[in-house]
Amino acid sequence: MANETHGTDAAGEAVVLHGQTVEHPTELQHVEAGMPQLDFTTYANQIFWLIVALAAIYWILSKIALPRIAMILAERRGTISNNIAAAEELKAQAMEAERAYEKALADAKAESARIVAEAKAEIKAELAAAVEKADAEIAAKTAESEKAIAGIREGALESVEAVAKDTAAALVSALGMSADQAAIDAAVDSRVKG
Amino acid sequence: MADAAQSEGGGLVFHPMDQFKVVPLFGEGDVHWYTITNVTLWMAICVACVAALMVLGARGRAVVPGRAQSLAELAYGFVYKMVEDVAGKDGVKYFPYIMVLFLFIVFSNFLGLLPLAFTTTSHIAVTAVLAMAVFLSVTILGFVKHGSHFLGLFWVTAAPLPLRPILAIIEVISYFVRPVSHSIRLAGNMMAGHAVIKVFAGFAAIAAISPLSVVAITAMYGLEVLVAFIQAYVFTILTCVYLKDALHPGH
Repeated sequence: MANETHGTDAAGEAVVLHGQTVEHPTELQHVEAGMPQLDFTTYANQIFWLIVALAAIYWILSKIALPRIAMILAERRGTISNNIAAAEELKAQAMEAERAYEKALADAKAESARIVAEAKAEIKAELAAAVEKADAEIAAKTAESEKAIAGIREGALESVEAVAKDTAAALVSALGMSADQAAIDAAVDSRVKG
Repeated sequence: MADAAQSEGGGLVFHPMDQFKVVPLFGEGDVHWYTITNVTLWMAICVACVAALMVLGARGRAVVPGRAQSLAELAYGFVYKMVEDVAGKDGVKYFPYIMVLFLFIVFSNFLGLLPLAFTTTSHIAVTAVLAMAVFLSVTILGFVKHGSHFLGLFWVTAAPLPLRPILAIIEVISYFVRPVSHSIRLAGNMMAGHAVIKVFAGFAAIAAISPLSVVAITAMYGLEVLVAFIQAYVFTILTCVYLKDALHPGH
């Protein structure tokens, strides 16, 4: 091991050491350690301050930081679960509202169908009544007309006889002959009937 | 270090370990246990940072957190969940102690990455105290909670009977190696990274190599940022694992 050169390098105090090695035994020891990590003279110092630092950190954490952060986290967890519960409730409400809406819609549809059916039935009934009435009127009119036609026909036959008799009498008189009315009537009757 | 000595001839000056020296802040002289040194300064800064993050950061107690409060809550939740997951529900009692360890180490590591800073966790004296504290408290806790049952930790009932004495020896050795590996892992990682950065920085004195050196320093620095967090995490999670062994010695 290149103890001398290496040691002086590491310590960076070569000048001092070469001149005054004897007067500084502790410094010599320091140099011989080589790695500062293996310089036991500093151990007590490091360990003392380490314990102080750890105690300080422990005090800070256990007295202030950890309870505070734990509280924050618990609070957040509470807030989140509360909000989730509220959201669930709102969701349930929304679902209920939707169900009510659906129900109202279905009711309205049924109602409208019922109204339509009712209206249809009403219209049908009215139509049927109107048709019946019209039929009855038509039948009455027909009967009346038939009666009128029969009257007219009868009247016509009578008129034909009268005209025939009058015409025959006029013809007979025009031919210069005289004939009594009874004979003419008889002759016309027989002709008309024949 | 031998390289450093040789390169002195080439005009290069390497003092990669100088940064780890413990020196008094005021005046010269010996370092007594009470002397205010750079260790004191950087540990005080570490404590101040912890207080700033965990106390001032959470000062607002906002239900919707700001940046600092989020970070404080993140650190809290990170360690809390680690303790709960690894050590179990009954380990949560010891959460404040583990939080102290984690915050101290993580802040020391990151503060050490500042230029001209002193890295307290690069010293085996510091990490050994932390590791021994964990080791002793976990061992004492194990015996207090379980009495002689705690020794069941070394008696692997899952193994065939003839193998158990051998396994017991291995388990005992590995148990006592724990504080050593626990402390050296952290100190070694911190020291090595910082020393390597210093070595690269020494090379920057040569104009031809300096761009490469700067790139290398940048890359190392990035790696060190990662290591700074990972080592704090590893130290903490191993503490949780040891705590779990103490609380539940049955495998």
